[in-house]
Amino acid sequence: MASSNPSVFLLMINGQIEGGNFPEYDDLYCKYCFVYGHDWAPTSGLEEGISQITCKSRESHKLIWNFPLDITFKSTNPFGWPQIVVSVYGPDVFANDVVRGYGATHIPFTPGKHTRTIPMFVPESTSRLQKLTSWLMGRRPEFTDPKVVAQGEGREVTRVRSQGFVTLQFNIVTKDLKKLGYDTTPGSSEAPPITGLSGTDQPYTL
Amino acid sequence: MASTSDIRDKLRQKRRAFQESLVRVRDDTQALVSMAMDVNRDSAMEDLAGEEEPAETLRRSLKAQRQRRKKKLLEEMAVEESQTGADEEEMEDGEEEEDVETSAVEEVSEVQSIQQSRGRSETEPETESEAAARSFTRSSRDLPPLPMSRPSSSISESSMRQRMREKLRAARSKAESLLQQEVPVEPASRLQSLRDRDTLTRFDRETEPELRHVPDGDSSEILGKVKFREAVRRVRIDAQREAGIPTGEEAYNFFTFNFDPEPEEEPSKRRKKRRPKSEQAEGGQEEEGEGEGEEEPEEQEREVEREPAREDDEEEEEERDEEAALVRDGEEDLFLIEQSSQDFLEVRKAEYIGYNRRVQRESELLFTPSVRTVPASNKLPDNMQPRYLEEEGLYVGERPVVSLTNENILENRILRQDQATKWFGDDGRIIVLPDPIKESSTRPPLFHVEGDLDPSLQTVYRKAIKSKYAKRYMPGVGDTQGDYQLDVDVAGLIFSHHGLFSREHVLGARLAQLYDQHLSRQHKNLTRLLTDKLSGLRNTIRNMLELHGGQGLSEITQQRIAEYKQEVKITRQMRDAEQEKDRALLKNIVKVWKEIKALREFQRFTNTPFKLYLRREEVDRASDEREHEAEILAEVSELQAESWEDYEKKVTEYKQQNEEWKTWKKKQKAMKKKKKKKQQSQDEEEDEVEEESEEELGEEPTKPDPPEEPDLDAVERQVREKAARIRRKPGEPILVPELTASSNITPNEQCPRAEFGRRQDVLKRSLFVKVLYNDKEVSRTDSRALTADFRVHFGQIFNLKIINWPESIKLQVYETVGSSTTQLAEVFVPVPEPSILTGSATSEQLEFSSNQRVTFNHEGVGSDVPFSFEADGSNRLTLLTSGKLSCCVSWAIGEDDIPLAPPMTHASAGINSGIMQMDAIACIGASGLNDMKKLGKWAAESRLDPNDPNNASIMQLLSVVSGGEVTVPDYFRLEQLQEEFNFLSDEELDRSRRFRLLRLRTQEVAEFRGYKFVPTLEREVSEKVFQDYEKRLRDGEIVDTKEHLDAHRALVAKYLQKVRESVVNRFLIAKHHFLLSDVVLEEEVPTIGVLGLNLFKLAEPKRPLKPRRKERKKVTAQNLSDGDIKLLLNIIRAYDIPIRKPQASKPSVASKSTRSVTETFTTGHSSQTAMQGTDWPFNQVLVRPFVEVTFQRTVLQTSTAEGPNPCWNEEILLSFSAPNGDYSTTSLQSVKDEVFINIFDEVVYEISEAERERERGGLYAHVERHWLGCVKIPFSTIYRQSRIDGTFKVEMPPVLLGYTKENHLVSDGGYDIVRNLTEGAFITLFITIEPQLVPGETIREKMKDVKFDTEEDERVLLASEFFEKDAMQRFPDRPCLTTVIDINGKTVFITRYIRPLNPPQELLDASPNNPQETMELVARYVSLIPSLPDSVSFAGVCDLWSTCNQFLTLLAGDEEEHAVLLCNYFLSMGKKAWLIIGTAIPEGLTAYVLTYEQSRYLIWNPSNGQYYGQYDTFCPLQTIGCLINADNIWFNIQMYDAPMRISFDVTKSKFWKPFFSRAFSYPGLSSVQPEELVYRRTDKAAATELQDRIEKILREKIMEWRPRHPTRWNRYCSSTLRHFLPKLELSGGRDVAEEHRLELQSLLGEYRISGFPLHLPFSEIQPIIEAVYSTGVHKVEMSNVEFALAVYVHPYPNNVLSVRVYLASLIRTR
Repeated sequence: MASSNPSVFLLMINGQIEGGNFPEYDDLYCKYCFVYGHDWAPTSGLEEGISQITCKSRESHKLIWNFPLDITFKSTNPFGWPQIVVSVYGPDVFANDVVRGYGATHIPFTPGKHTRTIPMFVPESTSRLQKLTSWLMGRRPEFTDPKVVAQGEGREVTRVRSQGFVTLQFNIVTKDLKKLGYDTTPGSSEAPPITGLSGTDQPYTL
Repeated sequence: MASTSDIRDKLRQKRRAFQESLVRVRDDTQALVSMAMDVNRDSAMEDLAGEEEPAETLRRSLKAQRQRRKKKLLEEMAVEESQTGADEEEMEDGEEEEDVETSAVEEVSEVQSIQQSRGRSETEPETESEAAARSFTRSSRDLPPLPMSRPSSSISESSMRQRMREKLRAARSKAESLLQQEVPVEPASRLQSLRDRDTLTRFDRETEPELRHVPDGDSSEILGKVKFREAVRRVRIDAQREAGIPTGEEAYNFFTFNFDPEPEEEPSKRRKKRRPKSEQAEGGQEEEGEGEGEEEPEEQEREVEREPAREDDEEEEEERDEEAALVRDGEEDLFLIEQSSQDFLEVRKAEYIGYNRRVQRESELLFTPSVRTVPASNKLPDNMQPRYLEEEGLYVGERPVVSLTNENILENRILRQDQATKWFGDDGRIIVLPDPIKESSTRPPLFHVEGDLDPSLQTVYRKAIKSKYAKRYMPGVGDTQGDYQLDVDVAGLIFSHHGLFSREHVLGARLAQLYDQHLSRQHKNLTRLLTDKLSGLRNTIRNMLELHGGQGLSEITQQRIAEYKQEVKITRQMRDAEQEKDRALLKNIVKVWKEIKALREFQRFTNTPFKLYLRREEVDRASDEREHEAEILAEVSELQAESWEDYEKKVTEYKQQNEEWKTWKKKQKAMKKKKKKKQQSQDEEEDEVEEESEEELGEEPTKPDPPEEPDLDAVERQVREKAARIRRKPGEPILVPELTASSNITPNEQCPRAEFGRRQDVLKRSLFVKVLYNDKEVSRTDSRALTADFRVHFGQIFNLKIINWPESIKLQVYETVGSSTTQLAEVFVPVPEPSILTGSATSEQLEFSSNQRVTFNHEGVGSDVPFSFEADGSNRLTLLTSGKLSCCVSWAIGEDDIPLAPPMTHASAGINSGIMQMDAIACIGASGLNDMKKLGKWAAESRLDPNDPNNASIMQLLSVVSGGEVTVPDYFRLEQLQEEFNFLSDEELDRSRRFRLLRLRTQEVAEFRGYKFVPTLEREVSEKVFQDYEKRLRDGEIVDTKEHLDAHRALVAKYLQKVRESVVNRFLIAKHHFLLSDVVLEEEVPTIGVLGLNLFKLAEPKRPLKPRRKERKKVTAQNLSDGDIKLLLNIIRAYDIPIRKPQASKPSVASKSTRSVTETFTTGHSSQTAMQGTDWPFNQVLVRPFVEVTFQRTVLQTSTAEGPNPCWNEEILLSFSAPNGDYSTTSLQSVKDEVFINIFDEVVYEISEAERERERGGLYAHVERHWLGCVKIPFSTIYRQSRIDGTFKVEMPPVLLGYTKENHLVSDGGYDIVRNLTEGAFITLFITIEPQLVPGETIREKMKDVKFDTEEDERVLLASEFFEKDAMQRFPDRPCLTTVIDINGKTVFITRYIRPLNPPQELLDASPNNPQETMELVARYVSLIPSLPDSVSFAGVCDLWSTCNQFLTLLAGDEEEHAVLLCNYFLSMGKKAWLIIGTAIPEGLTAYVLTYEQSRYLIWNPSNGQYYGQYDTFCPLQTIGCLINADNIWFNIQMYDAPMRISFDVTKSKFWKPFFSRAFSYPGLSSVQPEELVYRRTDKAAATELQDRIEKILREKIMEWRPRHPTRWNRYCSSTLRHFLPKLELSGGRDVAEEHRLELQSLLGEYRISGFPLHLPFSEIQPIIEAVYSTGVHKVEMSNVEFALAVYVHPYPNNVLSVRVYLASLIRTR
């Protein structure tokens, strides 16, 4: 592949899952995985990971994982831009491992350092009785696949409850993206940046 | 006058009383009085006095105040006297006062005397308690000074104070004129008359006092004085008012009422009370005529003690009028001595200032502005009328909203300031900028990218509301807000001309018209109006001139005067014109009347009832003349002034021109001189110079003529002339015409013939009116006859309930003569404003006319026909039929008084609405807004105010438009920007391969589903990508006969493809339909049973040694990739593997005898033993089987075991890769791969010595493998079942050359269990997928949510749903099926499929005597129809059940179809048969057929035609869910579900739960099956052709598979085999083996043959090839091998083909 004539572009993601804010829970760990479209493939790095269990300190009520992310994607098509799906688990009262939150966000488009705070949510039980039994049995409702949260399909049948936040930090490097005609840096393009981009930059603000 | 003396007496008396009180006060507390001036001291005093009795204290304190106040007054009076005001009024006041009393004190007392009554009124009912007195004080203090204490009765009207003051002024002027000195006490009657006086006079003077404030502001003394004067005046007002208004009842109230001390209520109450008291006062005055009268009644009512209190009250009143600033040091000096002595002696307590005191004191420092409306006169400069710019048509912005109270406060405050007037505009209101708040924001909305938006600022989404008015229909019609109704009232019509008019009628009409005109003119009385205006204007000019005394006229005033003059001129002209018209009209009326009279005289009859009277009004000649003269003089003077002005202007002009001319002259002269010089000197330049001079001077200006002086006499003459012409002569009586209809009409019989004819004609006529709404006739009036006076009365009201917007309302007038009807005229009635309602609407006269030409031969003058009144026919007239239609259109009022009119805003929809003028959109329509020209036109027409900011945007737009033409396209686009937003043009999108690829991927087209890495660049997408896809598209249309061998099959395949596509499409929709369980994993709520079981388990003793089965973890298919999935096969053991048979040189004859007729190939064992002896010692039969597993072209094999019942117990791991690497459930379900488990016999041949020598190699043994049998398990079954565990029958060819069954027992025929036990070989397998995949069952369930069409009864569907659910709950692993989906995608009840159907006749004929054989044959026939599992073809979507004829047409189907067909055949054969829904190995959920035969139940596998007894251990059917026949479904509710352990007696409700029971009886569902199946005979020739083709293809394939070896074909053997195959077919694969062997005898001697016939149902060529390949016959690698191949296709009815392939390898043994 001649560098002057690239046919793929690369997206390198460095960063970390800094920590989470789950006021009610402690001793949590998180898992992450990437969801991406057909035209994407990871070239190096880990697609999935699971972090250590972290406890809250007495002073700060934040959970710190500092779990590194390091992955490089190659792609031919920005469609299906990778998303990171984070799911957080931890023990409940009976020490059953239950899910404490799912969340997803797109990897930022623009090169540079980005910090994202993802609101997390968990599926709700379908009924009170279910809730009680699931609590008793330590089998809370879970998504069949955490990647569900990165897709829109089938979400209409679920009910979720928001639960905490996870903060992520990304350092993004792209290669050949501009050469293939995709300009994501706001300053360099002649046309003003699409406002939609800035909208997606901050999918949720407190 | 009496009043004067009254007042004087009263004053005197008052003074006396006052002095007395003073003395008394002094006596009481001399010291206190002496130091009364200081407020502090007052309080101190009070404190001192506090030790005494409260009342005393109060009195004392009040007295102190009174003293203080009195002093102030005194001083003021002094100032007042000393002042020499220029103001007359002031002078007058002064004089008055002096006149009354020289002493100021007396004046004060007068004031008091007048005021005291009020004071009394306030305090009288109170007790002497200090608190009460104080509270009153406070209340009066709290309020603004005097006027405030009498609030106006209504806020909107001007305050009482103002009114009174104005009245006062009026009275004063009156008094002035009457030379009255004593104004204050006027008789009430006089005042009342004054009240009605013209307001003009009072405006002349009203502002004077106010004006004086301004210059005097800085001097407190003068201010005080002025204020005092005002106070005095107010007092007078009071007096006057007191005299004016009271009633007796109020007077009573006044004395009895207990005043509430609350300050807030005080004003209103006082207002109420004021009048009674004053009336009382007045009454007193009038009755007694003396000042005493006022006090006496009061004193009578009061105790003597109260006297001082009253006086205190009087003091209070006084105080109220005073200003705080009046306290002066000078006054204090008066009492200084007493004060000081007291001071020194005094011991003070801590000072406390009471609230009231503080308020009192503060009130001296603070100013509380009044909330009363300030009269406009106060705010304007002198002599100025408020001028309203808005009314003059100038744009005045909207004032910001300020509450009236606040505005009043502000105005009052401003008025107290210096130069207050500069704050007020011409209209007397405070100058304000227009409201700066725009209705729409100009700033673009701010989108917070950062968030942090205040929640209250969050935008809220509201659903777009469809505009109600978008359509022409009225809004809300049909819903509650309801209907609109127009009432059209057609009252009647009057003809102003009609063809049937006689001449007299014409004149009469004209007279009536003139008279109407006259009346209307008189009603409007323009002349009078203009005359008044004229005089008003003149007065104004005169006033202005007088006011300024003709000097020092400011620029503006001059200009205004000029303007006025101009207006006077115009008005005069207008008035003259009007007068002239009046005069002419009058003359005309008289003239026409005279004509009528002449005509009547002439024709000697009277047609019209008109009669004109002229009433004479005599006038006073002298005054009339005077007025006339005055008018003329005024006019003359004006005209003269005008003409003088004109003249002066002209003169100045002339002078100027003259000047110019003179200069020009001079120049010319100079020029001429120059020219002369030049001519003399330089001739050659002459021409040029000439021109030059000419140029310089330009044209010669004409010498101006001096203007003529205006001829003043002529002017006067003209005026007089005009007056004579247009005006009534002085002294001439005023003539008032009166038209009556009182004259008699000559009866018909006295008329001449022509007239009689006319009258008859009139009677024939009748008229009616049609009402057209929006050009549609909605109703018409009754036909009414035309009366002799040409009036028609209809008086009909039409109520139109309307739905459409009113666009036009039309009335058509029709005239009927006999039977012919002609339309006379059409009248458009304006659509009424919504405010015009039925009750209030006035009737309108709408004129109409018709240009119809009508002529008559009688007296009627006709229409559009010239006629003349003159005898000689001159002066011809042509009149058209015309008239007035009186009608009224209005909006109706509903029952509950709600107008049935559209809301006000819709008024613009009306055509003639005035609103349209202002609303651009309404005027030119919304679409017109795009049209700039129209907009501009509209703007020009409506004369928008360019200064109005509301119009700014339009103005700007217009300026843009006028500047540069904006091109507006002349076509209309709904989404004109659509193209802009398009990513690419459509053509480009189609052309681009990349986009096409992307689109196909999104559409989930099979070839591109999950396609990875669509290249970025167009050039990297190769056309190859689409080849497959395009090929498939092409194939969809072209039937490829080559691949399918058979046209029919090809068509079927195509049809199947289509069905599949439609189902897949449906499935794709369903796939995107998610259930909660698809997304969320949730534990089921445990039922009580489960909970109990769990509890029980807890109680269970622990058994650590008991092994427990652990559930394998299920893996969802998503996160899988190639190599992750393994297929795990455990091959455990096999039974009854055929054993090798030694090569026999001769057939065993004995075997024949032992063979039963019905036996299968179990013969020959007796001979075997004999024959085996040669090769193997001990007669031992040997077979060395091994198992080879083929899956996805991976081949693995087990080790070789020995014996016919080998035990391998080996595990084989095969890796599985999904197509396209797509591991989704869908894709896995559509995997068509099968696992082939082949059993081979490993044969080792030791190579003979001779061969060894020949070969010279080291090869001593040759290993051969012989195919024995095969088990095929589709992957989809494994996937669906996730585990297959059991013993399977090995498919074996009926003839295995060289092999035989080891041990077989002789059965006695029939349905023998033993026979079944020994029929074939069996293999025990365990197959599973590692890791366990979540089966795609969910999709099946999902499909239930996808509603399919159905024609079933809702009741049945509900019941079936319930039935299935119930079954599911009780026995979750027993399949239950009640409804299925047919090939059209409709839900069909399952019993409809069962119906006796005839099998092909030839099958029945084959063995008519043996029903059992026939059944077998039929089963075989059914099994010959190729099987095509739905789950494979339709990707596990659902079962599609085709009917039997569809099945036979398609020649492909699932087990269900086979089973249904078989069941139906059996039923038609008179058997008892049921359809079994159950699970079997390896098919999974399947359908079998159950028959009842000879007290035994037989279970038929429809796919292969096998049948099993109920107790057959090898029966593949594992569970039985339900039984179905044509009229019921039974669900198995027994404890067991294995066929062996259940009872099939469906009548036992304990074992079987019927669907249709007594509670829900069978509704008699008609079958979906055809009545009878029609079979067509298969073309034998085609079968033969097919046979040849297959053989050829197979030959080629085998050669292809052996690329490195020559393939030799043994023809002899082939032909033998070919000969044998039809026999095999005929016998059904049995009992031919022996003969066959015999036949092969000759060959067997020379060759070692291994081979077998394959039997397949024919569907396509590919399965045959696969089957042949899987046997591995071609793998023989010996060099001397020869092959034999025979193919036989046997046609069965309806194109069912049985294919038999005989394949053998031959090795020459010697």
